[in-house]
Amino acid sequence: MSASDTNQERRRRAPLFPWIKGTLLTLGSIAVTMLGLLFVTFVIGRVMPIDPVLAIVGERASQSTYDAVYEQLGLDKPLIVQFFYYLWDVVRGDFGMSLLNARPVSEDIARVFPATMELATLGVFVGIVLGVPLGVVAAVNRGSWIDQIARVVALVGYSMPIFWLGLMGLLVFYGVLGWVGGPGRLDIFYQDIVPTRTGMILLDSALAGEWSVFRNAFSHIVLPASLLGYYSLAYISRMTRSFMLEQLSAEYVTTARVKGLSERAVIWRHAFKNIRVQLITVIALSYANLLEGSVLTEIIFSWPGIGSYITTALLSADMNAVLGGTVVVGLIFICLNILSDLLYRVFDPRSK
Amino acid sequence: MSLLEVENLWVRFPTRQGIFDAVRGVSFTLERERLGIVGESGSGKSMTGRAILRLIRKPGIVEADAIRLEGRNLLDLTEPEMRKVRGQKISMVMQDPKFSLNPVMTIGDQIMEAYLLHNNTSKAQARAKAIAMLEAVSIRDPERVMRAYPHEMSGGMGQRIMIAMMLIPDPQILIADEPTSALDVSVQRQVLDIMDGLVKERGMGLIFISHDLNLVSEFCDRVLIMYAGRIVEVCDADKLHQAKHPYTQGLLNSLPRLDQPKKHLEVLKRDDAWADGESVGGS
Ligand SMILES: Nc1ncnc2c1ncn2[C@@H]1O[C@H](COP(=O)(O)OP(=O)(O)OP(=O)(O)O)[C@@H](O)[C@H]1O
Ligand SMILES: [Mg+2]
Repeated sequence: MSASDTNQERRRRAPLFPWIKGTLLTLGSIAVTMLGLLFVTFVIGRVMPIDPVLAIVGERASQSTYDAVYEQLGLDKPLIVQFFYYLWDVVRGDFGMSLLNARPVSEDIARVFPATMELATLGVFVGIVLGVPLGVVAAVNRGSWIDQIARVVALVGYSMPIFWLGLMGLLVFYGVLGWVGGPGRLDIFYQDIVPTRTGMILLDSALAGEWSVFRNAFSHIVLPASLLGYYSLAYISRMTRSFMLEQLSAEYVTTARVKGLSERAVIWRHAFKNIRVQLITVIALSYANLLEGSVLTEIIFSWPGIGSYITTALLSADMNAVLGGTVVVGLIFICLNILSDLLYRVFDPRSK
Repeated sequence: MSLLEVENLWVRFPTRQGIFDAVRGVSFTLERERLGIVGESGSGKSMTGRAILRLIRKPGIVEADAIRLEGRNLLDLTEPEMRKVRGQKISMVMQDPKFSLNPVMTIGDQIMEAYLLHNNTSKAQARAKAIAMLEAVSIRDPERVMRAYPHEMSGGMGQRIMIAMMLIPDPQILIADEPTSALDVSVQRQVLDIMDGLVKERGMGLIFISHDLNLVSEFCDRVLIMYAGRIVEVCDADKLHQAKHPYTQGLLNSLPRLDQPKKHLEVLKRDDAWADGESVGGS
């Protein structure tokens, strides 16, 4: 008792210091990660055998034009200076011009990213809402037929090629049954009705009160989102199951049963509360994967998202667009990491 | 009528090598007394305790002629009825408070949960009751402890909290499964004294599981000696040294004693025949 009492004293006397230290450490590691990411994209941009000047001025430009642009891009400066120019550009959200359509890359990304975000968010939502209960139920009924079904469902999710599932889904639900909208985000008839605010059509149409547009957008997104949701479900449910199994064999679960709690309270109020932290990490990872843009899904469903944007840019050697997209995807990963770190602190009293 | 009667209790586990009997036909009764269960590791002490609460997890099987609590056979109860017995009538303190308290719930919430489950009262009343209970297990500053999480507590504090939590619904029987083996020797006695005081004060029945004969003889009225899933001997705690069974004598002889110092402690000998003998009735 005395040992813990003195611990308590110590904790009460200096509560702020560790907190500040922790925050500084987190911020520091974020800064280092971002610098590292930008350094990598910078180096890739420089070592690529693509002449950025030539790409802008074209093959037939005169030497003086070439030199002018060369200087304008700062390519005559030492590499380290160029790197700081690059940092400064990125901080201002300037990723340069797309060589393909001569528009600022940042504008392109601002257009395609919300499309991916809308799809990924709905997908991960499906994955959580179905995957977490499925994993819990499978763990609770370990070895039973429910567990077997959950296993098969996840296995199919892991191993089915997404383009096959996507095409089959389109064929059945769009082609044959006509229950859902086809490829794309909206039917032509509904396009350009609602003003773009967030870039996410479901949100924009809801904000504008255009419910017919909302319904149409929903009918388009539901199939690709379910598909992504299925993949996310497969992963989330398996992880949930194994986390839950670990907790269900813990002694405090027996304590809860000894108290006379119902099995439901034992599972959700006691065991489940203890897997929240691990689950958050898994969900963040799953979400990040979807946000990166599921290229195949976006291509099959003609979804103008960041995955298909980067792929198209890559195939046409549009380096600014590729690197810009990469930086954005990297930033998303970092942001989700910070977020799951914060939630971790909220949900685990031991981390305080 | 006895407080608790256990008749011919078997606990079985199907394994790949066939069925393993962890507890083999154990019978005993418990009055409002302190009953010790002693035996080496794996002799089936914990399984006996958990079987009484019907908390043997699948695929384990519990069989008995009867487990009667004040004449009512617990084996006939439905699961919801059994839940009313757990906590409220029979409770259990387990070995290590580090693992037996929920790490992400405040201590206050965990204690109040135990009370609210069996008593239809307000949260404020449950809170007051929980604080009183923490005081009863000699915890200073209970208000602060209520807000704390288990990892902030030492082992001794944790086990006293556990005792408070298990006694708050006012059960008639407490099963203490090696409640102090995970604690520092320095706090073992303190915790046992507190538990002992409460059990006596409330006139409860206590089943004290341990492999420490010294502790058991000190804190119990009667002792059951278990070996390989059977009860091989029952004796009064103060007459332990008169025990007849060779296993009990072996246990006693392998203990260091201050009053009769020895150069060598005896090695515990075992005999397969003991495992095959009839179980002794512990009443
Ligand atoms: N799930 C299980 N499957 C198979 N055998 C089991 C299972 N659980 C327990 N046993 C066996 O039951 C026997 C009795 O276990 P029990 O926990 O009651 O022993 P114990 O007397 O409490 O020992 P200890 O002093 O180590 O706590 C042990 O031999 C153990 O291996
Ligand atoms: Mg045990």
